[in-house]
Amino acid sequence: MSKFRKKGNKQAPSLSTASLPDIVFMLLFFFMTVTSMKEVDLKVRTELPDATEVKKLENKSLISYIYVGPPKEQYKKKLGENSVIQLNDEFQEVGDIAAYIQAERDNMDPENKAKMTTALKIDKSALMGIVIDIKQELRKAKALKISYNSKKVDEIQ
Amino acid sequence: MAKRPLQEINAGSMADIAFLLLIFFLVTTTMNTNTGMQRKLAALPEKDVKTSVEMIKRNVMIVLINKDNKIAIGGNPIHISNVTEKAKLFFKNPNNDPNLSEKTSKEIPFFGMINVTKGVISIQNDRGTSYEKYLQVQNELVRAINELRDEIAMEKFQLHYNELSGNKKEAVEEIYPLAISEAEPMEIIKK
Repeated sequence: MSKFRKKGNKQAPSLSTASLPDIVFMLLFFFMTVTSMKEVDLKVRTELPDATEVKKLENKSLISYIYVGPPKEQYKKKLGENSVIQLNDEFQEVGDIAAYIQAERDNMDPENKAKMTTALKIDKSALMGIVIDIKQELRKAKALKISYNSKKVDEIQ
Repeated sequence: MAKRPLQEINAGSMADIAFLLLIFFLVTTTMNTNTGMQRKLAALPEKDVKTSVEMIKRNVMIVLINKDNKIAIGGNPIHISNVTEKAKLFFKNPNNDPNLSEKTSKEIPFFGMINVTKGVISIQNDRGTSYEKYLQVQNELVRAINELRDEIAMEKFQLHYNELSGNKKEAVEEIYPLAISEAEPMEIIKK
């Protein structure tokens, strides 16, 4: 007549996994909202410079990207250390920008063509020489709206 | 007639499905946000047409960045932390200094007749200037204009510039336009 029953062959109660889907869905929705699809596989390093006075770029369909930076490790042998240009998934020369802009423009709805923005994702170690060349090419291609993409910070060190 | 109990759907694999989706999103997406400084490039001049915009010297503030990333305004070396102050003074010209930018009276909604600056900042840089420094200077200049806009918005509407709505924002932008010109490429001779 003891108060405590003897421990029998009882198994430990199994952990309820009923709420697991809910938790995972929560994580899923979090990632769906805060991330965006990768546009391309980056072959250059683009560590963006800091800036305080930045604006968010709206409307992804109106943006075409130009990446500039030193090539990643596996391409260094071929291309060296200096900054190169990447358009879509390929390394390209400055002269190819006009064709790229034209192709991007052709993919857009006619009413949006005037609103096209070129986002320049340029590594902070790049020199202005290549940037000047790109800007001249863009002016020739009449893609005048540009954005110097940069990281938003509260204070520049 | 006895009701048959509802058959329950087995939700055991729900977690697996959700995990699958989660991993898919983790792999194919990036965290990067698209923020940047938006600018408008000047259109190339038409062929055979020589467009030379004559600017009076006092209305142009030349910001020079050389290949050693040293900054000079109007020929005098300056530290990056003083650029904003200098640009604000140039646009505002509170004491009507003949060396700083000119003003003209202009009719602007909400404000009526108001003095608007004719000043333009021109950034000139060398091919060897680092992009980071260049953008930092741009940032300081945009900050100067934003601060001026903020000041006037505070004075008139008791609101920050960012909080203003459509028409009011445009009016403020008209008083202090983003007058930063990116010069034609040129070689700056190193000292």
